[in-house]
Amino acid sequence: MRVRNSVDKARIGKKKTISDGALVKSPTGIRGFDEMTGGGLPRGRPTLVCGGPGCGKTLFALEFLVRGATEYGEPGVFVSFEERPEDLAVNVASLGFDLAALVKEKKLLVDHVHVQRSEIEETGDYDLDGLFIRIGHAIDTVGARRIVLDTIESLFSGLSNEGILRAELRRLFGWLKDKGVTAVITGERGDRALTRQGLEEYVSDCVILLDNRVVNDISTRRLRIVKYRGSKHTTNECPFLIDDGGFSITPMSSVGLTNEASEERVTTGIDRLDRMLGGSGYFRGSSVLTSGGAGTGKSTLAATFAASTCRRGERCVYFAFEESESQILRNVRSIGIDLAPCVAHGLLRFRNSRPTFCGLEMHLAAMHKMVEEFEPSAVIVDPVTNILQVGDAREAATMLIRLLDFLKLRGITSMFTSLTAGGSAVEATEVGVSSMMDTWILLRNLEADGERNRGLYVLKSRGMAHSNQVREFVMTNQGIQLIDVYTGSGGVLMGSARVNQEAFEAAEETRRRAAIDERERVMRRKHAALEGQIAAIRAEIDEDRSSLELDRNVELSRRDRGDALRGELARRKNADSATQNPQPRSRKKNGQELRG
Amino acid sequence: MKIRKGAPKDSSAAAEWDLRLYVAGQSRKSLTALTNLKRLCEEHLSGRYHIEVIDLLETPQLASGDQILAIPTLVRKLPAPMKKLIGDFSNEERALVGLDLRPSKEKQL
Repeated sequence: MRVRNSVDKARIGKKKTISDGALVKSPTGIRGFDEMTGGGLPRGRPTLVCGGPGCGKTLFALEFLVRGATEYGEPGVFVSFEERPEDLAVNVASLGFDLAALVKEKKLLVDHVHVQRSEIEETGDYDLDGLFIRIGHAIDTVGARRIVLDTIESLFSGLSNEGILRAELRRLFGWLKDKGVTAVITGERGDRALTRQGLEEYVSDCVILLDNRVVNDISTRRLRIVKYRGSKHTTNECPFLIDDGGFSITPMSSVGLTNEASEERVTTGIDRLDRMLGGSGYFRGSSVLTSGGAGTGKSTLAATFAASTCRRGERCVYFAFEESESQILRNVRSIGIDLAPCVAHGLLRFRNSRPTFCGLEMHLAAMHKMVEEFEPSAVIVDPVTNILQVGDAREAATMLIRLLDFLKLRGITSMFTSLTAGGSAVEATEVGVSSMMDTWILLRNLEADGERNRGLYVLKSRGMAHSNQVREFVMTNQGIQLIDVYTGSGGVLMGSARVNQEAFEAAEETRRRAAIDERERVMRRKHAALEGQIAAIRAEIDEDRSSLELDRNVELSRRDRGDALRGELARRKNADSATQNPQPRSRKKNGQELRG
Repeated sequence: MKIRKGAPKDSSAAAEWDLRLYVAGQSRKSLTALTNLKRLCEEHLSGRYHIEVIDLLETPQLASGDQILAIPTLVRKLPAPMKKLIGDFSNEERALVGLDLRPSKEKQL
């Protein structure tokens, strides 16, 4: 709100800033209202609160007084033209307001102004000084800063001279303004005008319209600020709730998309799923959608997440719209998730209600309230689709956005389950829920070979690397397990088909391995034989070579002996030594050949 | 300023008619009302009435007891039932009807 105000100031400029500075506001203490108006009702001025019967005018006015007296130190006067003080006290006791105690402490004064036309005869000119004096006296008695006139229109049925009455009312509001009390004047809604008697003519500073509409058998209370002079305010119709804590108004849209994005991760409760989501699970404060058909395991996934949240010692709220608390506990116990200790330790809280029990707004407000009180770090809405069927699609979408904004602003990790109808597209979700979500996990029933198997996909997960593969989602009595599906030549197989295929493949592999081993053995034998042959041939070669060498040496020694013999002969015959030279040459030649 | 101003001398504790007139200060309307009322009473109830004038500016706490809104207001305490008349009694006809004096007026006629 503060952000918005400063933006408006900047845009509208100087004039606005001046009037904003001049207008002092009186905080009402009504949850959500002060945010809508940027501080409350105009101080020292009258405000008209109008609406049909039973829309909460009196309660609004009374809460304004009670909060003023108890929280802001401003005593108040309640001038009732309809209900008697005793009745009033009983009526608001259910909201936790103790009028009698406040009256005793002189913080509040209730004055019942009773007008009965049958008892009164008008005999001439008169004015309402008596009423002025009474109100003035009441204000002085408790030193009131706030006053409520509920419902001043009753005067019109008690007094017949409308001319006098109108003039006097105008004077009354002016007089209240002069006294500087912040006034709330209630008025019954008229056919064409805001109020039956046109009170809006006299009270022009601030007009608030309350409404209680019934759509599709479900009633929703709404509040709209019709006008607020000199102040910026929300112009939307804002739904509100009256419960044991009084009024609470939930503004239509949040401050803006300004939530801080956390880098911290929280585990999904399933190791394999964590690994599919970039290794460590969801981002803290992100929104997770789990969609799938009937019986695909959405609630189980949600319960697993709840259990893991509680295991870390963090609080979790489970909004269940289909099952009772004990039913959920029993069901998840069958797969080894025991949530009962989490409930016992006050870490897990359920809120089970039928979606048609009340309107969307009521649900939203109740959720707000519970989250504000319990301050969980994770919220589960199971299933979100049911609650969205209560209102129309547009309403449902805005409601969901508001819930998401609310949770994100508080950094609460949220998980929504969404039932996909059998006939519709598998990836279809109601009201485009998926685009608002950070992580979308799709659970699918895959039917083949006469059996159903659950498949889990991560369709999207903002800001993290995630697996694009399908995993088989198996519920065991130790919780959820994710198993790689068979993806091979036989297509994508799951369940018993996957088991069969895997067994078949294993057998096939064993067979192939055995065949290879056999071939190796044959080969080894063959090689051994060949090695033997090679050795024999080599031995033959060596033998050939050595016999050749032997022959050559014999030949050489024979020639050497021949040469020596010839030399001896020549010496003896005294022949010239011309023939001596070639001898060493030929020897050398022979030596070379041998070497080669 | 008149506080519980006793009306004419012939008032007595045993008056059959006990009237209480609420006013706020000495405004023109209040004075007119008192004058008109006295005249009416003298005409129709001579010697049988008692008027108490209450100025709410002086005693504002008395306003809620008789549920006073309009000024001037006349409350007929006695005879029962209690009656309330607002205005300055300028409409004599309605004042007489309001005080149940109409029949006696008709008798006079």
